[in-house]
Amino acid sequence: MEARKEQSQVEKQAAVAVPVEREERLHEALEKTWGDQPGLWGYLRSVNHKTVGKRFIITAFAFFILAGILAALMRIQLSRPENKFLGPDLYNQIFTMHGTTMMFLFAVPMMEAMAVYLVPLMVGTRSIAFPRLNAFGYWIYLFGGIMVFVAFLLNSGPDAGWFSYVPLAGPAYSPGKRVDFWAQLITFTEVSALVVATEIITTIFKLRAPGMTLNRIPLYVWAVLVMAFMVFFAMPTIALASTALILDRLVSTHFFNPAEGGDPILWQHLFWFFGHPEVYIIFIPATGFISAIIPTFVRRPIFGYTALVLSLISTGFIGFGLWVHHMFATGLPRLGQGFFTAATMMVVIPSAIQIFCWIATIWAGRPIFKTPLIFVLGFFFIFVLGGMTGVMQASSPVNLQVHDTYFVVAHFHYVLIGGSVFPLFGALHYWFPKFTGRMLDERLGKITFWLMFIGFNLAFFPMHILGFKGMPRRVYTYQNLPGWATLNLLASIGAFTLAFGVLVFLINFFRSRKRGAVAGNNPWNAGTLEWATTSPPPSYNFLHIPTVAGRDTLWTQPPDQPVVVGLKTDVRQVLVTKMLDGEPDHIEEFPKPTLWPLIAAITTTGLFIGSIFTPWAVVWGSIPVAISLIGWFWPKEKQSEERAPREVKERLARRQQTEGGTA
Amino acid sequence: MAAQRTIDVSQLPTYAFGHHALTWWATWSMLLMEGTMLLILVASYFFLRTGVAHWPPGTTPPPNLFWGTLNTIIIVVSFFPNHLAKKASENLNLQGVKLWTIVTFAFGLTFAVIRIFEFKNLNCHWMQNAYGSIVWFNMGFHTTHVLTDMVDTAVLIVLMFTGPIEGKRFVDFSENCIYWNFVIVIWLVIYATIYIAPRVL
Repeated sequence: MEARKEQSQVEKQAAVAVPVEREERLHEALEKTWGDQPGLWGYLRSVNHKTVGKRFIITAFAFFILAGILAALMRIQLSRPENKFLGPDLYNQIFTMHGTTMMFLFAVPMMEAMAVYLVPLMVGTRSIAFPRLNAFGYWIYLFGGIMVFVAFLLNSGPDAGWFSYVPLAGPAYSPGKRVDFWAQLITFTEVSALVVATEIITTIFKLRAPGMTLNRIPLYVWAVLVMAFMVFFAMPTIALASTALILDRLVSTHFFNPAEGGDPILWQHLFWFFGHPEVYIIFIPATGFISAIIPTFVRRPIFGYTALVLSLISTGFIGFGLWVHHMFATGLPRLGQGFFTAATMMVVIPSAIQIFCWIATIWAGRPIFKTPLIFVLGFFFIFVLGGMTGVMQASSPVNLQVHDTYFVVAHFHYVLIGGSVFPLFGALHYWFPKFTGRMLDERLGKITFWLMFIGFNLAFFPMHILGFKGMPRRVYTYQNLPGWATLNLLASIGAFTLAFGVLVFLINFFRSRKRGAVAGNNPWNAGTLEWATTSPPPSYNFLHIPTVAGRDTLWTQPPDQPVVVGLKTDVRQVLVTKMLDGEPDHIEEFPKPTLWPLIAAITTTGLFIGSIFTPWAVVWGSIPVAISLIGWFWPKEKQSEERAPREVKERLARRQQTEGGTA
Repeated sequence: MAAQRTIDVSQLPTYAFGHHALTWWATWSMLLMEGTMLLILVASYFFLRTGVAHWPPGTTPPPNLFWGTLNTIIIVVSFFPNHLAKKASENLNLQGVKLWTIVTFAFGLTFAVIRIFEFKNLNCHWMQNAYGSIVWFNMGFHTTHVLTDMVDTAVLIVLMFTGPIEGKRFVDFSENCIYWNFVIVIWLVIYATIYIAPRVL
């Protein structure tokens, strides 16, 4: 009933049978307005969300491979007892770089990157909100990643672990610049994550196609919305913490120095108040992938849409109440431990609701076992196992027993790789046709899956047992204790099998990009809007902004579903809709390609890197940053002059008239 | 070809105020992030407080009240011209926007100058102990926001006189006022934390 009412509201505005503009001409005009300019100049200035999104995805994947190579080096070192392949100092840098890269340069940016590409398409608009900010977010992330890897290659890679606990990471025990590079990398990633979160939230709330009410938003879009809000509350904490750390190291503050009233435990609180939500920042968008893939491949709408949305949101909230379970070994009050044990067990509830809804959807559908769905099924197996060991560790006595052993390493790889990387690979297989216009090879896809699945379990399952046997994490070598050598060798073999799976994926990627079967608009017969346009989508996304009459739009819309007309084609006009009901609200003009985001990213990078070497860089560096931001903001006179009379003078004149009339 | 049903949006306005505007969401996004940062800063202050018996530690006196309180009065009063600037923006009243934004800016400038005396009367140094560090961190956080807002406002004032003034510019003017309101609110929290809390706790 309610749906019908909304439907009629949309229809009310529909004029009857206006002839459609000639599509060819429209396409050319839009392409001229929205397309990237050619050459290097055009490359550096692009603000198109798909161009930036693709760069983001590829860069994040490159960091995934780099971090994977570091993991392989560690597994070579640990493959037999008392190995001399890597020394302790290099090993410290490598495990720190592996964790830091995977978390800050792969997982979070990758989840954002997918959203940057997909969200505007899935909500049916022409661009992400704040496209220049988006380009800035990419550049700043790229520069941060390059900085830390250059430092690593110069033997200045961070070496205090990815959570850089003080006092080890403090000035007394980590002289030199290694930890400073870590702290500034955090700043880079955090700036990037925050600006992208802003764009995502604004796009989802304000740029949806007419008729896409809140309860018709695709589940993937809900998931990244929750992720973006979590970024808002988690990232500032780590920004503050890493700033305090670098201040302790550079200008002799005493935040974490117990001799002068500081407290190392404060670092752990701040880090994990970010660090635990971080896990959900990575996991929640992955659940979005799953909720997008399952309905498509079981040929029915998702079961329990509302329950799934509420689970996402409650996971987002509960995720902020768990951080202390990383700190059970610090001797916190018992009552506090009990509370956080309970809170940790509570987060199982929304996760379980999600899993049961997905299982019910598969159960009631007719599954087609293509690669994306297979990755999702692999996720179930691995993630549930990781979830089980998670419940074990929620209990603080068990936690204390396995703290800092390989059991923990096994657990978090099960949840992170199972919960995030497997769905991500499913998603990459699922949306590859949309990104490139061609299909990935199905046979190679299945080989990728099985190599990754077997390799993963072979690599990480033995680590549970190693943990029980007492093997501590982060040791560069070990003695030949009973059972350790075999289990470690198994893990190393598994790791290389997993790496081989990724290699097969890369081969598949490069082969299919040029020679894969042509995909067409909607090769999987999926229901969401990104499949309504061509593959790859044109620069302007949709010839006409669509309207939406239900969930799984393409499955439910009537053949004569209206489209939006009246947006100008010679400027980048975007339709802004109302937050709750998606009714048309006003029209915004979006910026053209520009170099300012890159310039601002360069000046900001100068400030961030300079501040590692002298605190004065913050003062002097802020001047070029301010100049580049003002240059970015400065209005283009010609456009403004065109708009000014219409927007201001006419409106004022109209108002005077009406006021005069009433008086 | 069959006629396609359409919705014509060409007559819709090309800018909007408040939560209708995209930039409003970006402004509030920033306030959310910075607000989180403020809460964590204040939480850290009180966390460090629990580590020592006396606060401020040893014989250090708390920051002198005079300059901080004077500045608090100034910034609270600046709410009013700031609010009038916001209303004027929403009414597309350029003369009003110019007047009240400049008045607010003058308040900000006064505030920033008095801030120098505040720093001189904190009675602690960041290198001295964790108390000094967290006090300076709080003050630094707020001062950064004051300076950022002043630069933003200065740029907008220049634009008010050079033009051209399109609709979107008024949206910028009004949202800049939201930012100054935020700077006022976070100062009240920080004032209560570093000036009042050590005296009453």
